Amino acid sequence: MSTQVHGVLTFDKEKRKQIKFSEEALQTIESIKKRYPEGKQKSALIPVLHIAQAENDGWLSPEVMDYVAELLNISAIEVFEVASFYTMFNLKPVGKCVLEVCRTSSCWLNGANEIIAYIEKKLGIKESETTADGLFTLKTVECLGSCGTAPMLQCGASYHENLNYEKVDALLEKYRQENKRKNYTDLDWQNTK
Amino acid sequence: MGKKLLLDKIHIPGIQSYEVYRANGGYAAVEKALKNFSPEQIVEEVKKSGLRGRGGAGFPTGMKWSFLAKPPGVPRYLLCNADESEPGTFKDRYLMEHIPHLLIEGMIIASYALGSNTSYIYIRGEYFYVSRILEKAIAEAYANGWLGKNILGTDYSLDIYVQVGAGAYICGEETALIESLEGKRGNPRIKPPFPAVAGLWGCPTVVNNVETIAAVVPITQMGGEEYAKIGIGKSTGTKLISASGHINKPGVYEIELGLPVEEFIYSDEYCGGIRGGKKLKAVVAGGSSVPVLPAELILKTAKGEPRLMSYESLADGGFQTGTMLGSGGFIVMDEDTSIVENLFTFTRFYHHESCGQCSPCREGTGWMEKVLKKFIDGTARMEDIDLLWEIQSKIDGRTICPLGDAASWPVASAIRHFRHEFEEAVKNKGIKKVNHYNKRWGVAEKV
Repeated sequence: MSTQVHGVLTFDKEKRKQIKFSEEALQTIESIKKRYPEGKQKSALIPVLHIAQAENDGWLSPEVMDYVAELLNISAIEVFEVASFYTMFNLKPVGKCVLEVCRTSSCWLNGANEIIAYIEKKLGIKESETTADGLFTLKTVECLGSCGTAPMLQCGASYHENLNYEKVDALLEKYRQENKRKNYTDLDWQNTK
Repeated sequence: MGKKLLLDKIHIPGIQSYEVYRANGGYAAVEKALKNFSPEQIVEEVKKSGLRGRGGAGFPTGMKWSFLAKPPGVPRYLLCNADESEPGTFKDRYLMEHIPHLLIEGMIIASYALGSNTSYIYIRGEYFYVSRILEKAIAEAYANGWLGKNILGTDYSLDIYVQVGAGAYICGEETALIESLEGKRGNPRIKPPFPAVAGLWGCPTVVNNVETIAAVVPITQMGGEEYAKIGIGKSTGTKLISASGHINKPGVYEIELGLPVEEFIYSDEYCGGIRGGKKLKAVVAGGSSVPVLPAELILKTAKGEPRLMSYESLADGGFQTGTMLGSGGFIVMDEDTSIVENLFTFTRFYHHESCGQCSPCREGTGWMEKVLKKFIDGTARMEDIDLLWEIQSKIDGRTICPLGDAASWPVASAIRHFRHEFEEAVKNKGIKKVNHYNKRWGVAEKV
């Protein structure tokens, strides 16, 4: 049973009932809520949405947003209006490894367009598409603060800088071998300079 | 060799860790501040130092601090703006990643000066790994008695938390940052009231950039008067410059304010000249928001004086022939660069990052991006240059926050100084394509 709530989004009551975050995630959320004064738990929303995204295969479904609203004792629309504002939150499913290639000035001046075209050709997808095997999503993003080490891309918590085609090859191969979801919240970030 | 106050210890192996930082004089400024100074005296020293906000606006920090309202029984907050997102700027990331305890030390002193017992570092979400580095440094500071209750046996207590954002340039604007920290969309607030009166959760709040807060450490150590002797005129102290683009040695450099721009670009101590022996075409001196200047105007002012890396010298000539120090995001472009296409990446950026609150910015940035795309695609007409000028002039000064101005200035300056490039794009039905990747890696073009 699905009910339309916003554009392409649907809300599935059965799915909603099944949502349960890991114990570890729930504990982290409780400790985050303590960072703010009594009654200001809404401040935890963005950090909690990062955890929620990591707990839900890299995206925020309407059911997950509703669950987060309950955790923070706020309304679901308050969650949705924030989730839809910030670019790091995905409102539809993404691949396990989201490759976010910076394209602003300094990166463009150092070959970002060529890197994007190379990845598109190599993976057989266009920007904002996901490979058929669900492993890679390609995104272009705005300045990531890596201008002195351009061109670059971010995947999960890791920064990959001074990119050339060989480094892109090695990175894609590594991710293929690992076949693991990369989240912003990962503690095992591995930057390549 | 210029004086270094922030990055002087950056090359000590292990300086990221508490032990090494402490063994090299770290946290001595906190001891000095809490034991020898009242909060008011710290504010006084910062005023004397002439320190100006390092995030971009350059507002005097001591003055900002003195505006903080102090109603009894109401908490006050210090927020560190680590939302570094201005294209061309990566200095705060460098500082936080490599010497995180310097920021924590500065946070303790600044929080003490302002009477904040709970302070937050708001860091852009993309810097998640840096937030982990900061959290580790904060845990070390707690473990060694620099944070928590009754620091150094005084009656001053402080907690510091790191708050991650989620990808929104606008959250670097201080009232948007506050909104975001309250768990909302990053829509800037109408001022007044200013955050100094009603900021986070309606309480008096100061928002300072990472580098500004770090600079409080050397100011506490050497005293405001000594700090003010460094630099030139009203541009006191040192500044972190993020250098990128077509230079031999991109990176973060700490310079004494007043360094000649020519020396910064060409000396081996800094940028090391233009890559591949190319000619300098243009520089964006202070992050994407500031006016672009052609080579002759960035090296010398319109009066023919050497241009210096200082707030005043870079602004000399106003927007007609000058620019701004801004955030210190120094983007260098060589002779092969299309000013029009670089501008397109900036305008696309502002369109993407506009919060959508004010119509001139929400609609205008989108129009400008579309019009600029026509120059690249070869479908632009001569009238489009004036149209572009018209649109930017209708955004400038007509929005709640400075993002609108920031979106219009690059467009205005590009047309002002490089109108011929727009005209050529119309005549030639497009712009000359350059393979920037091949240039970056020194790959020969196939003929």
